[in-house]
Amino acid sequence: MPQLNRDTRHAISFTLNGKPAQGHAEPRMLLSDFLVHELGLTSVHVGCEHGVCGACTVRIDGAVGRACLTFAVQVDGKKVDTVESLTPEEGGLNELQKSFRSNHGLQCGYCTPGILMSLSAYLEENPKPSEDELRDMLSGHLCRCTGYVNIVRAVMEHVGNAP
Amino acid sequence: MKPSPFDYIRAASAEEALDGLAAHGEDARILAGGLSLVPMLNFRLVEPAMVIDISGIGALDYIRLDNGAVEIGAATRQSALERWDGIADRLPLVHAAFPHIGHYQTRSRGTVCGSVAHSDPSSELPLCLAVLGGEAVLRSAAGERRVAASDFQTGMLTTAKRDDEMVAAVRFPVAEPGSGYAFAEMAQRRGDFAIVALAASASGERVRLGVGGVADHPTVRQWDGLAGGALDDALNAFAWELGGYDDVHATARYRRELVRRLGRKVIEEARSCRS
Ligand code: FES
Ligand code: FES
Repeated sequence: MPQLNRDTRHAISFTLNGKPAQGHAEPRMLLSDFLVHELGLTSVHVGCEHGVCGACTVRIDGAVGRACLTFAVQVDGKKVDTVESLTPEEGGLNELQKSFRSNHGLQCGYCTPGILMSLSAYLEENPKPSEDELRDMLSGHLCRCTGYVNIVRAVMEHVGNAP
Repeated sequence: MKPSPFDYIRAASAEEALDGLAAHGEDARILAGGLSLVPMLNFRLVEPAMVIDISGIGALDYIRLDNGAVEIGAATRQSALERWDGIADRLPLVHAAFPHIGHYQTRSRGTVCGSVAHSDPSSELPLCLAVLGGEAVLRSAAGERRVAASDFQTGMLTTAKRDDEMVAAVRFPVAEPGSGYAFAEMAQRRGDFAIVALAASASGERVRLGVGGVADHPTVRQWDGLAGGALDDALNAFAWELGGYDDVHATARYRRELVRRLGRKVIEEARSCRS
């Protein structure tokens, strides 16, 4: 790849939630800003912009990643999934999201898309986590509202490990 | 937060990355997982003119056994090492440290070499590398050299790496038969920066203890034969030598106390799992 100049907005083509997407970004543009401001994906939330809070978590080629620690130019040719990718074909909420709703697993909802994206990857690797394992994984997200209790409850019910 | 403007190269090969470093030197930074570099860019603690992205270089994404060591390439994610089928047998110390290394969400993109290159004094991987007596493989367009972990990390976020070099790989010596290993850490929250991190290895009567988070780089002591009370005296002397500092998370005194108490715990645990 040739060198990308700092002052130029470069064309980026990638797969976003299963569909081809394009946009333009300078090298320094963070993926989080690119998804929100260039492509209008307001589900990508920005809390800390240094990788700590987890609000911006998306999947990049299937692996969970902080959008605030990734540059838009890095996803050229890659596959990015945000929480919109979880929506079932017929619309509405998927099973995990329904469990979040019925267990009151969110209040303001700022942390929720990031947590759902982490869970979508994590539960593929570990479909029936124990509560300890789940809490350990959730340590990568900050939620200022729920105290995590209802998030844990929502996931445990979803995976069929409810106490 | 926005990083200041930089030119960007997605390097297709290690050679291309090294040519970039040769041309730009201290104005260039290597980007792999981004977990260490990008926060510094966002805070504008570093403002490189050029960022060289090596995350897509397949030839740098490997874990291999070579000459008694596990060698890990610069593009290898921490999660790949965590899932490597040899981790528990070959690198039991690193295996024990893994739950403390960031979070599931950061290990998935952060690289092993990036953590070593960043050399935060409280990071787990540089601490393990130091206790095991591992090496950093430094490569430049002019050639390659290996630097022992003890010589590599020279201070807070400072290393022996020259501006035209990159950490091309790190080498963790394979666990010796008959040795035991243990890791412990105190942090505010799982995955947070360690207030104090400790790693120990025990083999016969020999004990090595590494401490992170107290001095400005991981510090290792080795003792040959410490019985009963001698262990406490040795740990106390080590704690005072390390000094420590007060910050919002903990006092220097508390840090020293953790070195004494957790130091004893990891040494005993390492001794008890000598096979
Ligand atoms: S905004 Fe990305 S982790 Fe906080
Ligand atoms: S629901 Fe408000 S931050 Fe989690």
